[in-house]
Amino acid sequence: MIVLRLKPIADIRSMVERHARVLVVGCNTCAAVSLAGGETEVETLVETLRLGASRSACQTEYTGAMIQRQCEPEFVDKLEAGGYDAVLSLGCGAGVAFLANTESVPVYPALDTLFIGAAKGHASWQAECSACGSCVLGETAGICPTTRCAKGIMNGPCGGVKDGRCELGDRDCAWVQIYDRLDEQGRGDDFDGLGSTKDNSVNSMTCEWDMNADSGGSK
Amino acid sequence: MTLKDAFERGEFVVTSEVGPPKGIDIAEMMHAAENMKSRVHAVNVTDNQAAVMRLSTIAACIHLKQAGLEPVLQVTGRDRNRLAIQSDLLGAASFGVTTVLALTGDHVVVGDHKQAKPVFDLDSVQILDAVAALNAGTDLMGNDLKGAPEIFAGAVVTPDSNPIRPQLAKFDKKVRAGAKYFQTQAVYDKDSFLRFMEHARCRGAKVLAGIVVLRSARMARFMNKNIPGIAVPPELINELEASKEPEATGIEIAARFIRDTRDACDGVHIMAVGAEHLVPKVLDAAGIGEVGQ
Repeated sequence: MIVLRLKPIADIRSMVERHARVLVVGCNTCAAVSLAGGETEVETLVETLRLGASRSACQTEYTGAMIQRQCEPEFVDKLEAGGYDAVLSLGCGAGVAFLANTESVPVYPALDTLFIGAAKGHASWQAECSACGSCVLGETAGICPTTRCAKGIMNGPCGGVKDGRCELGDRDCAWVQIYDRLDEQGRGDDFDGLGSTKDNSVNSMTCEWDMNADSGGSK
Repeated sequence: MTLKDAFERGEFVVTSEVGPPKGIDIAEMMHAAENMKSRVHAVNVTDNQAAVMRLSTIAACIHLKQAGLEPVLQVTGRDRNRLAIQSDLLGAASFGVTTVLALTGDHVVVGDHKQAKPVFDLDSVQILDAVAALNAGTDLMGNDLKGAPEIFAGAVVTPDSNPIRPQLAKFDKKVRAGAKYFQTQAVYDKDSFLRFMEHARCRGAKVLAGIVVLRSARMARFMNKNIPGIAVPPELINELEASKEPEATGIEIAARFIRDTRDACDGVHIMAVGAEHLVPKVLDAAGIGEVGQ
């Protein structure tokens, strides 16, 4: 799923408080599971913004709404944004962009889109995928070097590894993990074959994916 | 004499390094380099070391070359993509700067432009691949070059890395990718280094033992705590602690390591980290005289 995080309230206010009526729209899929843009988070944000507005004598009015997915027409079409001067989206970047295409008023992001991740525990996620368009997980024992290695390098641990930890100090070294897991799975020799230069053109050249297209693929 | 020549002659090779200034006043860097000129075969020039923005490595190498020194161009993958790296390798070679050290590079967030985009399009092994392609007369895509360089490329290795097995596996990859010589991270434990040399010896690449002169017990503890892959043994820390002249003791520790390991490796790379004036003193204490340039 896409993992998201609320922007600082001051940043959100500075974006929207010049508008008189703001519709705060949650997204009931990734953002809700991410505990960043579900019903509860929309209510909390609306209350927080109202409270801030009343304290600063700002006239902005905030109203909450939910849609199932901000990235699909059938759900976005049901949004009733008439009468509002701005939309504050609690969706991912795709949701914000899609709403901005649909609505005539300015649409602002209340969240930052962090990564594609998996749940480690309650309210805790780990980045696992960078949507690079050329997956190597089969060769790297299911650990993505592009995502989990801070440098995204392809040939093994850099000189910064310290007791199995990354030089940034915030994670285990992905390449030590890859090496160990390949070894545990009896394919330690495969390590030597890793390290092709990455084909970044796949990512650069795939701005759309249309299965209806004649080519059956990207345009 | 180039670094390649020095290895081929079977000399005990000595290299050191200087860091380009943050700015265009190169006097201090040139002074540090001149000061060690008669004692080293080559001088590494760091590439935005520790991700701190400085004067261009290639420009600094050209200055050293013009002053009669043999520069080693450090090339990291942090700041340049594969076009820029190949282009810079050709540019350096066009000035006769053909000795290269390939590194992945420290991450930008440890440096002074933390918000920069980290590139890492090529890592250290892939930079060696690029050198091999250029030397063979093509770029990484197989397009022909108009005039191929003859680049002599090396790489780095951390003999005290923990865990060690992936580090050694990557060392082997670098050898296969064409690294002709290695500079190690600073090493202090003779036995540990000799064990590493048993692995390295049969791989065929030349190895320069990395030396960082300890100037105090505090510095040793700091490095143990903060610098990946450095392990100063407790007895050396005690020796520095007990010394009335810790800098002299540090020089002796470095010289002793060189004496104890010189038969097992091909030379030393002395990283003076801001105290380049100590380089001749370490070499004097180790009994290593002047080198023919």
